[in-house]
Amino acid sequence: MDRLFEFMLPEAKSPTADSTDALFHFINEVSLVLLIGITIALIYFAIKYRRRSEDDETPVITHNNTLEITWSVVPLLICFVIFGWGYTGWLNLKSVPDNAYEIQVTGFKWNWSVKYNNGAQTLNEIHVPVDRPVKIVLQSSDVLHSFFVPDYRVKHDVVPGRYTYVWFEANEVGESQVFCTEYCGTDHSDMLAKVIVHTEEDFQTWLEKNGGGVSGTPVEQGEQLVQLQGCTTCHSDDGSRLIGPSFKGLWGSEETLTDGSTVTVDENYLRESILNPGAKIVESYDNVMTPYEGRISDEEITNIIEYLKTLK
Amino acid sequence: MATAEVSNTKTLKVQRFKPADNPTNTYLTDEKGVWAWMTTVDHKKIGIMYLVAVAIFFAVGGALALLLRTELMTPAKTFIEADTYNQLFTLHGAIMVFFVLVPSIPAALGNFIMPMQLGAKDVAFPKLNLASFYIYVAGAIFTFIALAQHGLDTGWTFYTPYSTESSSSVIWVTMGVFILGFSSILTGTNFITTIHKMRAPGITWGKLPLNVWALYATSIIQVLATPVLAITVLLLTMERWLGFGIFDPALGGDPVLFQHFFWFYSHPAVYIMIVPGFGIISEVISTFSKKTVFGYWAIALSSLAIAFIGFLVWGHHMFTSGQSAVATTVFSFLTFLVGIPTGIKIFNWIATLYKGSIKMDTPMIYVFIFLFLFSIGGFTGIMLGALSVDIHLHDTYYVVAHFHYVMMGGTLIALLAGLHFWWPKMTGKLYNEKLAKIASVFIFVGFNVTFLPQFVMGAQGMPRRYYNYVDQFTAFHQTSTIGSYLLGVGFLIILYYLMHSLFKGAKSPANPWGSRGLEWQATSPPDFHNFDHTPVVIHGPYDYHQPMEEFQLGLAVDTNGHDSETAKEVVDKEREQWKNYSLG
Repeated sequence: MDRLFEFMLPEAKSPTADSTDALFHFINEVSLVLLIGITIALIYFAIKYRRRSEDDETPVITHNNTLEITWSVVPLLICFVIFGWGYTGWLNLKSVPDNAYEIQVTGFKWNWSVKYNNGAQTLNEIHVPVDRPVKIVLQSSDVLHSFFVPDYRVKHDVVPGRYTYVWFEANEVGESQVFCTEYCGTDHSDMLAKVIVHTEEDFQTWLEKNGGGVSGTPVEQGEQLVQLQGCTTCHSDDGSRLIGPSFKGLWGSEETLTDGSTVTVDENYLRESILNPGAKIVESYDNVMTPYEGRISDEEITNIIEYLKTLK
Repeated sequence: MATAEVSNTKTLKVQRFKPADNPTNTYLTDEKGVWAWMTTVDHKKIGIMYLVAVAIFFAVGGALALLLRTELMTPAKTFIEADTYNQLFTLHGAIMVFFVLVPSIPAALGNFIMPMQLGAKDVAFPKLNLASFYIYVAGAIFTFIALAQHGLDTGWTFYTPYSTESSSSVIWVTMGVFILGFSSILTGTNFITTIHKMRAPGITWGKLPLNVWALYATSIIQVLATPVLAITVLLLTMERWLGFGIFDPALGGDPVLFQHFFWFYSHPAVYIMIVPGFGIISEVISTFSKKTVFGYWAIALSSLAIAFIGFLVWGHHMFTSGQSAVATTVFSFLTFLVGIPTGIKIFNWIATLYKGSIKMDTPMIYVFIFLFLFSIGGFTGIMLGALSVDIHLHDTYYVVAHFHYVMMGGTLIALLAGLHFWWPKMTGKLYNEKLAKIASVFIFVGFNVTFLPQFVMGAQGMPRRYYNYVDQFTAFHQTSTIGSYLLGVGFLIILYYLMHSLFKGAKSPANPWGSRGLEWQATSPPDFHNFDHTPVVIHGPYDYHQPMEEFQLGLAVDTNGHDSETAKEVVDKEREQWKNYSLG
């Protein structure tokens, strides 16, 4: 039976899972005992007291105080235990250790953008050191999302306009899946990420190598930026149609908008479409892109435009 | 006490009215024709019209579910696009909740049966009852307009700011839900008044059928909670349409506030859906055990307790939302309290079976299925109420499985029990018992094959509302899809034999189950005015130790059902006398 319950949960890879798993098993065991009892009673009564004749007479049993108080109070006490257990476990999930390593994660349709304390940036990959508490500070730049790592039993909604957080302490090197669990539109189910757990040494090396963010010529920086900002989730660079128009051949082309007017793709159109995408939507596409106003600097926009010019 | 009752009935010239097994005049033979049906104020006809509407919506919602399950056969695209999928699950949820589960038992079966159980000729406000039905239709039309336009892709929960920004036809649906709410409020008001004012002589609060107690508790929730939903969708509409900043942070609003508003209605709405089911279970289990219900008052009052506590637990939908820690703690605690009255009911029903005379006809089979499935729904609800565990399980398939065990394994199975129980009363026809039992096996097996795997994959981390999923969940999803097809077959069998019964079924006697319920002391199908006399009740509705004759008493009325002044005087006088026997 224990093996069945263990099969139901993914392998626990953080101490934040301990209390949750123990309570999960406890409730399952109590429930199973009660369910078996109920089922046996149902079947036993149905057979033993089956109708033998339409003139059967049944005893008048209206109530039984002892019995009724027992089956009210005992479940109530069990519920108090479950409440207390769940509450303490949850307090632990809320109490971040003081020495936690902090990482900033921003959810937006449909990617996770990750920033580290030395300026390193990744998209949909959260690199963390093993055996060290990590605090993920969450924010959203569009609608609600929810950050869920089953292996660590942590989840929190990512709410526009406020910060939320989760913490965990990965206890083995490897990868863990991150899901978005608050419905956020077309590609909600593809809004995935990985927590990549390194040894402390490897993590420091990785951090140094990626510190300072993007680098190189403006075009090279632009190419890195369209990856990091998640642009390529919806805009291909090879002409294939995704959620938004492809970048290939975009520069200098003439596009028909949803209101029937046309526009030539130049610097100002691209800039407007990054900061306020809803202003001019290309025909046959939906207005679903997150505005980048406040999330990207003028220099970064310029670099991205320089890169787009090269995609002929 | 018994002697006192007998002497009273004699002085009031109460006589026995044995219902005829072959009635010539019934509600189906009076007022025939489409126009007569459409303008009827007869609670029975209105109940049937609701039943047909609910069945149509259930077929639509069920077909959507099968499309969803088919898409989930493979981890990536199977046959529809992501945007279509998102619309399908939204519509499945919205249709099943607002157009099927909420009106199903109270407005369809409740409308038909409840006035008869009270010995009344109709509900208190028959015209209002008809208005409720047309308001429901108007709400449905708005929703269909939305479908014809851009559909709806927000999930049935309409969470902001996604619903503020969505390019689908949110306003049409929110207006549909707004209108629909009035139908629910009016039905609730009507029922409360009916139960207070229209009980036949002798029906004290202590002799009220448990089905009526359940509908009473439900009506209270409908009247108190539904206006909050109306306000919420109105605010959402104002935000979308006029740009008022209420929920969208971009306009200075708070998205968590929307969740509070939404669940303030939608959690009590869960009890609007399930509590009427409890009523049916009590009626059926007592009839098919030929036995007094164990713990009458515990079952009756626990419905009211659920109605009350149900208002104080909405925050348990929001443990991960960012609501305050104090709120989260309090909501978790209260959630466990609402579980207790539900558990009490289950134990009482099982105790009713003890030393009964149990006949496993189709309605009783559905009661057994209900007790098994709903128990699982309850236990997994306790699991989700536990704070730390809910953090892991929230918004996964575990939650999906849980609420299907409660809403489908509970409400819908209870509806099937009630439909099979009252079908002979409503139509005057019997259905094919053998096919009905075969269908119930399909429903039971199909249901568990569909939803048990969802508990496991949910606990393993599979999030809900996912069009694509990671490969490890494939086997669970495929099992679940196969189960949903079995369920579909089960419902088709039910449709077949019920239609067959309607047109070619054998004639039903007035009381095929030997029930002591007052509705069974009318003919099948009932007279246009339910009874052509004023029923007089001296025993409780579950007093199977009393002879059947004593459940068929009444006062003759000379005006074919319409209360004459003299009859009214007799009844009023009688009511005064019976007041002394309250809680008897």
